Amino acid sequence: MEIGQSAIINSFTDKHMALKLLEMGCTPGEVVKLDRIAPMGDPIAISVSGYLLSLRKAEASTILVSLLAANI
Amino acid sequence: MVEANQSFVNFSNKTSLKVALVGNPNSGKSTLFNVLTGLNQKTGNFPGVTVDKKSGFAKLNKRTENQESRIRNQELGAEISDKAQLPTSNYPAASNSTITVEFTDLPGTYSLYPKSLDEHVAFEVLCDPNNENHPDVTIIVADASNLKRNLFLVSQIIDLKMPVILVLNMMDLVEKEGDVIDSIRLSEKLGVKVVGLSARNKEGIETLKQALLQPLPVPQYDFIDIKKLAPELIEKIASVIKVNSDFAAFQIINNFSEINYFDKKSDKKEKIAAILNASAVDCNKLQAQETVERYKVINRIVEECITHKSAIKTESFSHKLDSILTHRIWGYTIFLVILFFIFQTIFFLAAYPMEWIETLFVSFSNIATQTLPPGEFTNLLVNGILAGLSGIIVFVPQIALLFAFIAILEDTGYMARVSFIMDKLMRKFGLNGRSVIPLVSGVACAIPAIMSTRTMSSWKERMITIMVTPLMSCSARLPVYTLLIALVVPEGKSLGIFNYQGLILMSLYLIGFIAAMMAALVMKWILKSREKSYFIMELPVYRSPQWRTVGLTIYDKVKSFLFDAGKIILAVSVILWFLSSHAPGNRFEVIEKKYDNPEMAKMYNEDELQARISSEQLEASYAGILGKSIEPAIAPLGFDWKIGIALVTSFAAREVFVGTMATIYSVGNSDNTQTLREKMKAEVNTVTGLPQFSVAVGFSLMIFYAFAMQCMSTLAIVYRETKHWKWPVIQFLFMSALAYISSFVVYQLLK
Repeated sequence: MEIGQSAIINSFTDKHMALKLLEMGCTPGEVVKLDRIAPMGDPIAISVSGYLLSLRKAEASTILVSLLAANI
Repeated sequence: MVEANQSFVNFSNKTSLKVALVGNPNSGKSTLFNVLTGLNQKTGNFPGVTVDKKSGFAKLNKRTENQESRIRNQELGAEISDKAQLPTSNYPAASNSTITVEFTDLPGTYSLYPKSLDEHVAFEVLCDPNNENHPDVTIIVADASNLKRNLFLVSQIIDLKMPVILVLNMMDLVEKEGDVIDSIRLSEKLGVKVVGLSARNKEGIETLKQALLQPLPVPQYDFIDIKKLAPELIEKIASVIKVNSDFAAFQIINNFSEINYFDKKSDKKEKIAAILNASAVDCNKLQAQETVERYKVINRIVEECITHKSAIKTESFSHKLDSILTHRIWGYTIFLVILFFIFQTIFFLAAYPMEWIETLFVSFSNIATQTLPPGEFTNLLVNGILAGLSGIIVFVPQIALLFAFIAILEDTGYMARVSFIMDKLMRKFGLNGRSVIPLVSGVACAIPAIMSTRTMSSWKERMITIMVTPLMSCSARLPVYTLLIALVVPEGKSLGIFNYQGLILMSLYLIGFIAAMMAALVMKWILKSREKSYFIMELPVYRSPQWRTVGLTIYDKVKSFLFDAGKIILAVSVILWFLSSHAPGNRFEVIEKKYDNPEMAKMYNEDELQARISSEQLEASYAGILGKSIEPAIAPLGFDWKIGIALVTSFAAREVFVGTMATIYSVGNSDNTQTLREKMKAEVNTVTGLPQFSVAVGFSLMIFYAFAMQCMSTLAIVYRETKHWKWPVIQFLFMSALAYISSFVVYQLLK
């Protein structure tokens, strides 16, 4: 994903991580937008259900998404 | 979903009420708590754990019969609008018309699935009806500008079937964005009372207080169909243990290993364990299902209750600010500039009140010496108690300033950005972006810093953070640094702006930080853990700091310093005074006799004679004996026996160094009006004839204080947090070794 790009959450690959992410509002069907990437390339910040969530790339990679066309 | 047929509880006949505040982190829960209780709060501990329990009291005026019936007639469960209420001042103030409410500020949590120690406390208080802190009413504070995620916790608490008031905080933000929340509808949908307010602007607080005294609906319907998820298990659990709701039983299934509140005498725990073992339930799956179900309902409710002004949000102020503050160059530059500014300010601004305090205490001692009869008591008062008190109070300006800055950085949301831009760097050292906050707080005091690691869920990262945080230069070292810098570093500025003394001070902080990072790196290799670390954290929107919160933080920290650390320092000061003004046997008399002859009087004038007697007496005193006994060990570091005494007493707390020096020098010198700094400057090494506090000794001592673990309180807190003596012992040993070796190298190089 590139900065500014949006995607829809499909599913998770890590059971434990999934619980934490679900609790924070990253539920399947939710639209997430990559908001920014930290200066050293990690972690990243995503917009989800109306707020900014920061997470590491490794954590984000457990979320399977389908990309939406840019700038929605 | 939720319609009529609700049950109500009414607390207006009680004289006291227990209210708990829960909510997500950053929901403004603590701001609301401060507004509700003001200065009328106290900090204690939750039983069994070291999580701070903040509670406060407020008196509420009860309504009259008239008003009561009117409220009953209101649509039940609906939002109370401001207009429906009379102002409080209109209530008749009869003697028994008030109700005392005890508010408890529970740690912030995102859900009732505890992942950290902090969340565990919130979980136990809410889920265990027999917990001594279990509230009569729970106020759930939700960030209205971020309602969806906040409603998750709300929905879980609703399913526990407790009397609840939902506070929609930050309504000012919602209005500013042009969104509208239909709180009456929300109240109908959730089956709980909803109060919209803005804690920051103190709007709607009176409405909330009155809402507490009205009949509160107890949620009757499950937010989601919990039973559907695990029907048999929930029934089996409910047959063993009495639960208020299906969700309470469901929570027992999912959090069984986390729950400590079963009745120890009964065999219920074993029975439940047997049920759970037999069923081979997949808790992860159950929780995930529950969460998804909840969000489905929440999404529907949010859609119905919130009207957004426009579908496309304009680029917000926070977003623009983030572009600068998390920028690859500007982000770090600004962070360094902020740190630099803080330290320069602390050194500069605090200097004035510190001087006033010193001057004030010098005049106190003068008055006491002149008015009181000479003797043991006056001696104790002037050289023991007053000297000790002065040494404590003089730190207050620095502590207040530092905590003001930390509170501002936290309150604005900037601290979260610091974590965000530092995470990758921190991870290399086995730490976490979240370690930045304990580490930065460590420059104030390692004790609250170590306590603040509780929000970290990874055991390994938390351990490393705890172990290395005391290497950060805390405020207790500051007076030691200040004294020594003033002694050996010339005043003056480089390039006209950078104060030399400020630069050295900043370097000392940097050295502490680098040492902490190196120690973390070493521990990263030593500590083994299969546990995964994660960094899933909210970046709150930027807000202007609240001076009330900043003020309360300062008040809190200064108070705890004065009364907790202050007690130790004063006690040590008095003990020290005794040790340095008393000696075994008749040593003092022998010295006095030695100088009491005409020959001596010819050689020295009155003052010189007195100084020599005092100096020799100190050397002969208990303190002198103690200092001399360790002199061989510390001589390679450039320390004499006087510093030796200070090192020994500093093991109680570092700042005692200054008090010790004050006591040693005021006892050894009859002239009280000279400030300590001047006295130390005037001290001459009897062997070399040069000033005792040379540059080499000064720096060696500063480095020693930067690294040595000289704080009993920190060791005690590390034991409490790690629940094992192994950790504080290791910490003490590695820090002492580091201090000794570094000091040795510094002294030998600069000598």
